[in-house]
Amino acid sequence: MNANHPVVARFRERFAADVLSVEEFRGQTVISVKAPRAVEMLKSLRDDAECPFDMLTDLTAADYLRLDAPERFAVVYQLLSMLRNERLRVKAYVSEARPEIGSVSSLWGNANWLEREVWDLYGIRFLGHPDPRRILMPDDYEGHPLRKDYPLKGRGERSHFPKYTAEEAP
Amino acid sequence: MTTTAAGKGTLGTRTMRMNIGPQHPATHGTLHLEVEVDGEIVTNCRPHIGYLHTGFEKLAEYRSYNQFIPLSDRLNYLSSLNNNIGFALAVEELLGIEITPRCRVLRVLLAELGRIGDHVISVGLQAMDLGAFSIMLWTFVEREKLYDIFETVSGGRLTTSWTRIGGLSRDITDDFVPLVRKFVEYFPGVLDEIEKMLNRNRIFTKRTIGVGRMSKEEAVSHGVTGPLLRASGVAYDVRRARPYLGYDKYDFEIPTHPDGDVWARYRVRMAEMRQSIRIIEQALENIPAGPVTALDTKFALPDKFSVYNDMEALIHHFKLIMHGHGFQPVPGEIYSCTESPNGELGWFIVSDGTRNPYRLRCRPPSFINYTAFPKMVEGAMISDMVAVMASMNVIAGELDR
Repeated sequence: MNANHPVVARFRERFAADVLSVEEFRGQTVISVKAPRAVEMLKSLRDDAECPFDMLTDLTAADYLRLDAPERFAVVYQLLSMLRNERLRVKAYVSEARPEIGSVSSLWGNANWLEREVWDLYGIRFLGHPDPRRILMPDDYEGHPLRKDYPLKGRGERSHFPKYTAEEAP
Repeated sequence: MTTTAAGKGTLGTRTMRMNIGPQHPATHGTLHLEVEVDGEIVTNCRPHIGYLHTGFEKLAEYRSYNQFIPLSDRLNYLSSLNNNIGFALAVEELLGIEITPRCRVLRVLLAELGRIGDHVISVGLQAMDLGAFSIMLWTFVEREKLYDIFETVSGGRLTTSWTRIGGLSRDITDDFVPLVRKFVEYFPGVLDEIEKMLNRNRIFTKRTIGVGRMSKEEAVSHGVTGPLLRASGVAYDVRRARPYLGYDKYDFEIPTHPDGDVWARYRVRMAEMRQSIRIIEQALENIPAGPVTALDTKFALPDKFSVYNDMEALIHHFKLIMHGHGFQPVPGEIYSCTESPNGELGWFIVSDGTRNPYRLRCRPPSFINYTAFPKMVEGAMISDMVAVMASMNVIAGELDR
């Protein structure tokens, strides 16, 4: 989808105050927005009369710690309209101080797990999420490993793993 | 299995909480389900995943693009070729480079063979879980034959690491085309044989028809793709919707089934294998001559023979491999997807202009398909849960990454 598509124009008009930019790269359009009204925006895209983005292809995040970006984190929504065969990417920027954004788990069925994954790996909270647990890492894990300031080697989780000796065995 | 009492159910009986897995023969990998059962009826199902979490996405940030290819093998290890191809295409899209016509056709050939290899195992395991053990043995024989073909092109059987950015690790050998021709000739017969065993098998039909139903709307809302979506009646295939590798030039159909149950998924997979055979036949007729690697783009690795015999190639090799060198894509972000056997395999790549990806996200079809699993099994019997799980073909390597 190109950046001049009517859906994008309508979206820009309706949410002018919250749209940071609309860019096109290699034929793909990405709309960058501020986080607070993200759920409302995504709902308007999902329920668009002409080009409804009925499938949330993917939901992920990126940590822009070392890049020039409006905020440190962005939650990235890859949308697909089955009817029009159009794809659109929405990036909602989330600040480091308050890493939180509304949950879209009521809009798409798969958002529940995908948001749990983003919480698990990036530490971004999804407000109104029905089941805000970790999903890939163990429940008692500390830290969010896909953040850029999290070392590749880990923070000594392996060496601090609880050990049991023969005497302690039940 | 451990059982604990939890709450009250119908008939004054108590529902029971039960753990299935992570080590359980019906889960085909480390999947863990916490189910609440009322007698044999599942009332609530909570999958726990992450047992095979390997941190591929984190590792990718510390590797160059070509170095990620061996990791992509290990996502869906039943169809590593499709992962290799999907990843290479994503990076090529980011770089904006064209691959050679020969490379394109060979990738189509191997992608379809990989699809057959995945589907045939999936059908075999599905049949095994429902008691038809011989089907599983037959399908493994077929997969070994496919692995022989993969071995001639890549040297590896399970983990192929066959593609390179801008090309392939090596060209096909002389015995490749005869091997594939032989396979294409007799394989439809194997499919007929499997269908003869299963289609009128009363145990198989009774345990699959009407089991694990998923409606069209549910499937779309859960982002389900691949054979599962098509078995729910949506004719969506990335090869058609967003053609890559010249798939728009091939004549094939997108098989669908209206029912959305386990039976429908079995039927769709069988039909898809026949379509793959059609694509392979067309591709075999028309393998262009020429190089497999687009050397003029300065992004692709030259083959080993020229590195040792040609100064230009040696310089390229040096510039791409040596520490501190390597190609550097322009800063930008792309999402690229291909149709892998389980569904849409997507790659979201953020490049900051260095030789490593700044962020690499794999959209794993298994993970997203699996989100619909609890809905499908609630209200079903425990034994049906096994049938549903087998029909989804969830691969733990891709689920947990």
